[in-house]
Amino acid sequence: MKKSTNIDKLYPVLSIITIIFLWQIIVDLNNIPKYILPSPKDIALALKDDFNLIMTHTKVTLYESFVGFIFSIILAFLLAILMDSFTIIKKSFYPLLVISQTIPTIAIAPIFIIWFGFGTLPKIIMVIMACFFPIVISLVDGLEKIDNDYLRLFKTMNASKLQTFYHLKLPYAIVHLLSGIKIAATYMIMTAVVSEWLGGEGGIGVYMVRAKNAYALDKVFASILVIMVVSILTIYIIDFLGNKLIHWKTKKKGV
Amino acid sequence: MKMHLPTTSYHKGGYSSIINLNGIEKSFDDIKVLENISISIEKGELVSLLGPSGCGKSTIFNIISGLTPQDSGKLYIDGTIGYMQQKDLLLPWKNIMDNVALPLTIKGINKNAREEKVKKYLPIVGLEGYEKSYPSQLSGGMRQRASFLRTLMASEDIMLLDEPFASLDSITKSKMQLWLLKMKSKLNNTILLITHDIDEALLLSDRIYILSSKPATIKKEITLDFNMDNKKERLLSTKTLKLKEEILKLL
Ligand SMILES: Nc1ncnc2c1ncn2[C@@H]1O[C@H](COP(=O)(O)OP(=O)(O)OP(=O)(O)O)[C@@H](O)[C@H]1O
Ligand SMILES: [Mg+2]
Repeated sequence: MKKSTNIDKLYPVLSIITIIFLWQIIVDLNNIPKYILPSPKDIALALKDDFNLIMTHTKVTLYESFVGFIFSIILAFLLAILMDSFTIIKKSFYPLLVISQTIPTIAIAPIFIIWFGFGTLPKIIMVIMACFFPIVISLVDGLEKIDNDYLRLFKTMNASKLQTFYHLKLPYAIVHLLSGIKIAATYMIMTAVVSEWLGGEGGIGVYMVRAKNAYALDKVFASILVIMVVSILTIYIIDFLGNKLIHWKTKKKGV
Repeated sequence: MKMHLPTTSYHKGGYSSIINLNGIEKSFDDIKVLENISISIEKGELVSLLGPSGCGKSTIFNIISGLTPQDSGKLYIDGTIGYMQQKDLLLPWKNIMDNVALPLTIKGINKNAREEKVKKYLPIVGLEGYEKSYPSQLSGGMRQRASFLRTLMASEDIMLLDEPFASLDSITKSKMQLWLLKMKSKLNNTILLITHDIDEALLLSDRIYILSSKPATIKKEITLDFNMDNKKERLLSTKTLKLKEEILKLL
């Protein structure tokens, strides 16, 4: 069993290596200039030369993403608890939340820049706008799906609202919450980068725009590579922490 | 074992009903489930409700525990209730210790005290060594026993047990039944038990209410006043056989 899964993992790695190899050969054979399509080697060199600068910008992007992400979680919790406690709030806000998803965030990002300047604040707001929705919806749905029999159990034990929330609702909703958080984690870095494109002082998106304007496509590709690696790492870490949180779900029979 | 032994002898027969249902009626969506249910249970009694599936037994428990309001009729309860529902309803994210101790946690008892208390009972229900296990790791019968113990932690006053031993093998079942009798004689608590199992009802009960099929009415009330000191001996008694035959005819 284990052997076959290891071999399965090898296939995508082999395909990536093949693609990179072909890419290098095609660029070399056709003498394609760097400003049209840089070769993998060019990209690697650009990454090496500009590494410190790229990392400085990446830190800004990571800061915006994580601050936005954490705020999304906090806000989502507050709203979800309110919606769960007061049906009126849920009835009023749930449809609004869904409608809010049709707002083209890229189109309103320039407005935020007018309002909040070129610093990190408008980017953080954009990240919140992207991450908040999947988190709050998954949390509200999770809280709603609780088996009525469990609620009755807590009622017979005379549990307070807070106790019921802490011992029952929250752990129950966390499984659902995690799926929302994973979606948000895939959005957050991308959203921060895209909002940086529209103007800013720092961030990997700002670096990308500057590189593009100088026709330094090798640097653009290098930053794309960095964004991919950072995103994958982020998702992996969040996935890892999430699975720790629901360790009881993966426990097997027979102690 | 440190249990609350009664210091004075209790007055049996002294009219002291702890649960009293008088003319309870209940319908769900215009379908009558309970019709004129009158039940009276005295402190320290062990009473069984025996009836066909779907007749409304669990509904009676839900009304007694205040989860479901009755349509009409009077309800009187004098004491705190521990209710063991038909499903085990263990929390999958808490280990067995924390699951069993949950009612104590909710009462605000500190961690050491509640773990000490639970640890005393775990061997009795055969769950010693499983404190750190999660419900998904246990068999159905083990989960049921954990749920039983949690109910006892909720109240040593009145226990409502909805088919508590239904998913146990016959050996574990009879062990649990005998333990229930032992525990009850020590705590002198009041137990109301739902069961499908006629032998179980005959072994354990002081009285049995036989219910009709839906809508449930009380068909007959049987008082078992023999072998009260050693109910185990009932299994050998001819009276038991006769009663069993009578009940089978009614159901
Ligand atoms: N909340 C409810 N809403 C609608 N119908 C209900 C509800 N609760 C119970 N019923 C109905 O009432 C009837 C009696 O249910 P109940 O669970 O009390 O039966 P029971 O005697 O405990 O059955 P079993 O032996 O299978 O556990 C059933 O027909 C059931 O469908
Ligand atoms: Mg039932």
